[in-house]
Amino acid sequence: MPVKEEKIEVEGEVVEALPSTMFRVALDGMPGTVLATISGKMRKHYIRILPGDRVKVELSPYDLTRGRITYRHR
Amino acid sequence: MIIRKSAAELDQMARAGRVVEETLALVGEHARVGVTTAELDELAEEFIRSQGGVPSFLGYRGYPASICASPNAMIVHGIPGPYALRDGDILSVDVGVTLGGFVGDSAYTFAIGEISAGAQRLLDTCQAALAAGIEQCRVGNRLSDIGHAIQTVTEAEGFGVVRSLVGHGIGRQMHEEPQIPNYGEPGRGPKLAAGMVFAIEPMITFGAPEVVLHDDDWSISTADDSLAAHFEHTVAITGAEPRILTRAAAGLLR
Repeated sequence: MPVKEEKIEVEGEVVEALPSTMFRVALDGMPGTVLATISGKMRKHYIRILPGDRVKVELSPYDLTRGRITYRHR
Repeated sequence: MIIRKSAAELDQMARAGRVVEETLALVGEHARVGVTTAELDELAEEFIRSQGGVPSFLGYRGYPASICASPNAMIVHGIPGPYALRDGDILSVDVGVTLGGFVGDSAYTFAIGEISAGAQRLLDTCQAALAAGIEQCRVGNRLSDIGHAIQTVTEAEGFGVVRSLVGHGIGRQMHEEPQIPNYGEPGRGPKLAAGMVFAIEPMITFGAPEVVLHDDDWSISTADDSLAAHFEHTVAITGAEPRILTRAAAGLLR
């Protein structure tokens, strides 16, 4: 039985909205930005994300340049 | 910390592995058109207990069955139920057995009836990827060499490698350190040493590698609904050749 890959959860701010519902996010405490997609759950509930939003991002420890936005803070 | 097993402990794991292999072979024999995945689960549980073992999956983190039965676009963790197999299906079956205090874990994707040439190529590639991963299980190699080999074989055929699910160390617990992704650059991670035991399980997709979780909170399928294959062996690192604990010399399954 496989295991779900361990994820690193970080906070950040959306810098830019890109085509195909991708976003550039600046993560707290890390230089530069990551390329992030929206999680399926957020798509399902039609949650909008705009530059300036504070979000929670999931990263794979095996690729720290890409992430998945899992939550948008109020 | 990666737990290294003694020779006696490896022998015990091999006994558990043998029951896993026989259970898979039994399920494979019965996996035919019209059979339901619930029937296969019942068969497996009965056989495992008849061998003095316990199905490792049953009750594990709340999992409700003894096997995972994942048809077609489903990758893993398919809960057995009323789904009846159809001609042309592929069915991934994952089995875990606890015997003598140790766990064996293996998986096989079966062809039901006549499958398409593309589906057959997917299955063959996944098995080849597993073999390539196992080949890396040698003292002195690094952990990521395994995933790198699997990714190379898989992507050479144009298939996708699932990222969000990984293989794992195994021993007295089903899931032990380390996590073993099926992709990555070589030469990274801990150095492999004798006595380490890994459950290596490439999960590959016909299309894109993205996955979705179903409402039952367990089963996971490809996001683009393309076919997925899953093969797994429990492998011990030795001073020489990798020892496949879920395959006896002759190999009950191909």
